[in-house]
Amino acid sequence: MRLLSLYLIGLVFGTGISISGMANPAKVLNFFDLAGTWDPSLAFVMGGAVIVTFIGYRFVLKRPMPVMEARFHLPTSRVIDTRLIGGSAVFGIGWGIAGFCPGGALPALGTGSPAVFIFVGALIAGILLARAISVSRTPRPATV
Amino acid sequence: METAFTPWQSLGGGALIGLSAVLLMGLHGRIFGATGILTGLIAPTSRPDFIWRAMLLLGMVSGPLLVLAVTGSMPAIDVPVSLVALLIGGFLVGVGVTFSSGCTSGHGVCGLARLSPRSLASVLTFMAATAATVFIIRHVIGA
Repeated sequence: MRLLSLYLIGLVFGTGISISGMANPAKVLNFFDLAGTWDPSLAFVMGGAVIVTFIGYRFVLKRPMPVMEARFHLPTSRVIDTRLIGGSAVFGIGWGIAGFCPGGALPALGTGSPAVFIFVGALIAGILLARAISVSRTPRPATV
Repeated sequence: METAFTPWQSLGGGALIGLSAVLLMGLHGRIFGATGILTGLIAPTSRPDFIWRAMLLLGMVSGPLLVLAVTGSMPAIDVPVSLVALLIGGFLVGVGVTFSSGCTSGHGVCGLARLSPRSLASVLTFMAATAATVFIIRHVIGA
């Protein structure tokens, strides 16, 4: 039941991404091309998603706990640092170069398009490298 | 390449994305972030952590197939960039989202809906960086 509900939630997300155009790099890049072939569709994707989530979270987060888990797992960090801003800037540059973001590309794997697999392969390489760098930089507690 | 303006489809698709985020929080207590889902699959911390993300990913990749089954055609994936651009772009996205701890879904949808200042700072930064990159590639370099 729990696993089936996770699958169906993923399916709703993947269907939404597919219908919205977020998985289509031509549409994504045109949203950002205000000086050229501008297509404002993506503002409607973000608008629809944020409004529904904002309203839904008001109801859901009022409950003491989620239906199938013991507690809510919510990010607690409130720090705005160079790591957050630098990472976001690098993400944006990559998004502007390729036209795929992770949320658009993962459902798009289902289309079987080779371009999506190439992007996701490079995405995984980037995640692994960045994790290796941040792990090696994290100070380890001194051993006795 | 021109693309058609699709306000209703995009709004409906966006609403479904929002619905999935609300369901994941209400039923399972989790933020719907594509970065977190993928990272948890390639570097799993525990078996249960791997399994819930694997089920979500299975559902996500089934989305285009459901669209195919209902409408008779696969969602369009038009890639107006080169193979090298996909590789460089994908790599940079991977590095960036690991340091920013989130992308369009985690910060952009769930974070903004929670009114998180961190997410707002992230979204403003990546939207500006993406727009600047597209402008430079298309209108300064002229690719």
